[in-house]
This record gives sequence, structure tokens and C-alpha cells, in this order.
Amino acid sequence: MLREDLHKIQLNRLKKVLVRAYHNLPYYRKKLEESGIDVYKINTLEDLKNLPFTTKDDLRQAYPFGAIAEPMHNIVRIHSSSGTTGTATVVGYTPQDIETWSELMARTLAGCGVTQEDIIQVAFGYGLFTGGLGVHYGAEKLGATVVPMSVGNTLRQIQILRDFGISVLCCTPSFALYLAEVARENNVDWTRSRLRLGIFGAEPWSEEMRAEIEKKLPIRAFDIYGLSEVIGPGVAFECEARNGLHISEDHFLPEVIDPKTGQVLPEGTTGELVFTTLTKEGTPVIRYRTGDISALYYEPCRCGRTMVRMQRVSSRTDDMLIIRGVNVYPSQIESVILSFDGVEPHYQIVLSRENYLDQIAVHVEVSPQVFSDEVKVLEKLKKQIEEKLKAELNLSCEVKLLEPKSITRSEGKAKRVIDLRKKEGVQ
Amino acid sequence: MKQISVFLENRPGSLYAVLDKLRTWNVNLRALSLADTAEFGVLRFIVENPEKTVEQLKNEGFTATLTEVLAVGVDDRPGGLCQVVEMLTREGISIEYLYAFVSPHKDKAYVVFRVEDPEKARKTLENHTIPLLEEIPF
Repeated sequence: MLREDLHKIQLNRLKKVLVRAYHNLPYYRKKLEESGIDVYKINTLEDLKNLPFTTKDDLRQAYPFGAIAEPMHNIVRIHSSSGTTGTATVVGYTPQDIETWSELMARTLAGCGVTQEDIIQVAFGYGLFTGGLGVHYGAEKLGATVVPMSVGNTLRQIQILRDFGISVLCCTPSFALYLAEVARENNVDWTRSRLRLGIFGAEPWSEEMRAEIEKKLPIRAFDIYGLSEVIGPGVAFECEARNGLHISEDHFLPEVIDPKTGQVLPEGTTGELVFTTLTKEGTPVIRYRTGDISALYYEPCRCGRTMVRMQRVSSRTDDMLIIRGVNVYPSQIESVILSFDGVEPHYQIVLSRENYLDQIAVHVEVSPQVFSDEVKVLEKLKKQIEEKLKAELNLSCEVKLLEPKSITRSEGKAKRVIDLRKKEGVQ
Repeated sequence: MKQISVFLENRPGSLYAVLDKLRTWNVNLRALSLADTAEFGVLRFIVENPEKTVEQLKNEGFTATLTEVLAVGVDDRPGGLCQVVEMLTREGISIEYLYAFVSPHKDKAYVVFRVEDPEKARKTLENHTIPLLEEIPF
């Protein structure tokens, strides 16, 4: 498609979405009125830069259904970014949104080389997380055969991969590596396997990790990008050229801004990725600040596509951690720790990678008030904290009890997170 | 009898840090046990002046507490400890932990233990004319 034709479609859709958001989303109407902007006077794509941003915080404050722009009888599905009260962002989908999403995901899979002949094992989580169902509907739309495995049970995943003649594996890159490792331990012979493609997303990964996966599994690995606030997986995908991810610009208008000033940055400059949804009905977002750091490239790709490419995401503007595909803020961990009497307010989160899977250890200091001469009392405390963290984060954490004052005190901002995953060449 | 318990992280040097202080303060250990788990350890010991020592340890930043424990002397022969545990078992008294050691000078072994119901344990042992020790003799 010529870019000028695309721009016409984008502008037309932008005008519509702005008017709908203005009328149907009170929080957005308030923002616009405070900025003195008349949505009916937006006439060029250039005007976008004057519109107010939407932040994750805006969506959180709208919890649960304040960001849904349609009456509930038009909403057929709800997804949520993380299952924790207070920090969750909730999005709603109309039947048309499900159709759009499926179409975009079908485009994504096709872009990575998936065809109707393929059998896809979807090993993303099914549920409130958008990964599983998003890919599932897209694969069906494409006409491929879907095996809805969801996450976990690695041995069974391997058995299905072989027995069902799976040709495409869809999961987080870290799970792919773990699966490869378990397969190797079980002497799985891949020579007769039909496996040929890996479609990976939901967590940042590096070129080194791609090389590692391709060495251990008989696949070519592709990166896909998406986030529930924008639609889920299917926002952008790597093509055969694997030179950045093509954004489906007819549905999402991307910008890269300076995270400090909010100014739009020119092509090729690294900054925070911002999306405006052009077709979403249930939960449209205007200039949504993703927190993901990337850059945009508009020159046509070797594959022939004219859609803009985004640099793969490797870091974020905020302190959000992505652990096994789950979004976690250190403040969530803090509130769990501090809910226990006698546990010191000093803690440290240590992230590492073991067997290619993210591991999270939470170090907490034990105060004299809770210390006991009985080991079982301390072990019970440790277990209780672990259970509460699991309930809050939906992740298994290992709690390590430390002597008071053993965590290094910092004079400035406390260093709460030690991320050892980066050292292993994995972002 | 009062026992000092100190929380230890599982890392090289954490036991040394406590023992080094005791050496500096010229405190002699009468009995000691180190309970460990994969994650951490609890050092338990008996000294002559536990109140003073535990304060000193706290001042140095250690997580230390005083715990009331029972101590008895038993005959240093096969079945010596068994007899004591049998009495407690008959009364349904559960032992949390114990540690024992022998004296080189006497034909006695000394047992330090912590139970769920110290009063009941005390009475049980006294009824069987097993005296509780107020301090560990040398």
C-alpha cells in the first residue's frame, strides 16, 4: 500500500475514534477539555501530537470498566493485563474487536510464514492474559490447525509436539529454550519432527537468545509484539527479513516520544513507544504510553511491506518487570512484604534465569520481633510470604530470609531490583 | 536455664561473626548447637551470663533472643537419654529440639531441650527425681 493511501485511512479512522472516545469515555473527555482540544477540529495526522497522552495509570484508575467505551451488551470478552486488584488494567472487546484482532493475528502469523497447512501449538497462557486466546483466534482465522496447550507441563508439550506433527510452536522465548532443554535431557530426536517455525512474544529477548533457540530446536524464530491495552498480540510482527517488527499501522498509529518531555521524536530515534488505536471499539486508547523503548523506521522493508517497522523492545521507561511474561511492579512485592508484622521494610528482588526460565527471589530481612529459636516458625513465615506473593503476582517466588541490615543501604534511591538475566545475553 | 538463639544467614562468615564477638567479650560456650535449613541457620548456645551477652549481641546488630530451655544430666551409658525421653513421651510432651554433650570429667551427659509445654515437662521430670540443672557444670 502506498503510504499516502494509508495516511488517508489513518486520518479517517483517527477522527472517528477521537469522537467516540470523547463521547463515551468520561476520563478521556476530561483530559481533552482540560487541554482545550476540540476533537472535531482534528484534520491532519500532524494534529495527533497535540492530543493528551493516556497512561497505564489512567486505565488503572478506570478499573474495572471505566475504560470501556461501549455498553456491556456490546462487549463479548474481557481481558486484563495482570490479575491483581488495584494495578490491573481491564480491556473490553466487541464482536468487531474480536474479528479485528483475529484478522491482525492471522496477518501476524502469515507474516512470520505460517500457512493453512500448519499445525500450531499455542503454549501461551489462556485466560485473562491475551496471549493464548489472541493467537488461538488468529490461527483459526488463518485456517491453520490449532492445538490449545496453554502453559506448563513441559513433557506433555514435547509429546504433543512430536505425536501431533506440530509445525509451529507459539510461546514465550524462555519457555521455548526450557522446552528444548527438557527435550534434550529426554533424548528427543528432532530429525523426524515437522517443527519448522517458532513464534515468540510476551517478553523481551535478544538476538543471542534467538541464536540459542534456533541451535536447539529445528525452527526459525520470529518475534511478535503486542500488549493488552492496545489489543494483545498482533500489534507488530517480524517478517522473513527479521529486520524490525512491522506495525499494523492501519489499526494502530505509532509514535516515539521523548519520555521526559513528551515531544515526538524523528524516525530512527530511540524513545518511548506510543500507540493510538484506530479501529478498536471496546477500549480505544489515544496516545497510549507503553513504557516500551523502541524506534521507528519508515523506509520500505526488503520483504516489500511498506508498513513501518519498530525496533525490538529491550527496555522500559518505568520499573515494570516482565517475569515469565507476567508484568510485575516492585511496589506489588513491597506491599506483600510489608503486610507481615515484624518483617523489615528492606527487601531486594533478585531476578535470574535458570534452565532458561526466569527465577524470582525475594530477599527480606527478619526483625528480632519475628525471630524464633525454632526453625519451623521461621520456615512457616517464609512459606506464608511465598504463598501471598504467589496469590498477588501469579508467580512462584523464592523468599530468602536475611539478617537485619544485611541488604546494602543506599543513600539515594534504594536498589530494589537486581536483574542478573541481562548478564546472560538475554534482555 | 536460658539459651541464646541467633539467626544466621547461610553464607560463609556468618557463624564466625558471632563467635568472634564472644571471643572478644571473653564469653565461654557451655553448650552449643547449630540448626540449619537450606535457607538459613539458627545458632543456639548456653553461656554463663546470657542476659548480658544477648544485649551485647543485639547492640552489634545480631538478631538474638533469649529462650527458656530445660537441661538435665543423665547417666553416660546406653539408654541414659532414652529414659528421659520416655518419660516425656508418656506424658505426650513434644520435643522441639535438643542437643546433648558429655563432660570429660564426670560420667554424666548433659541434655538441653526445648518442649512445647515446659511446666509440664519440669513437673514430669521432678516427679521422676530427675533434677533440672540451673547451669551446665564444667
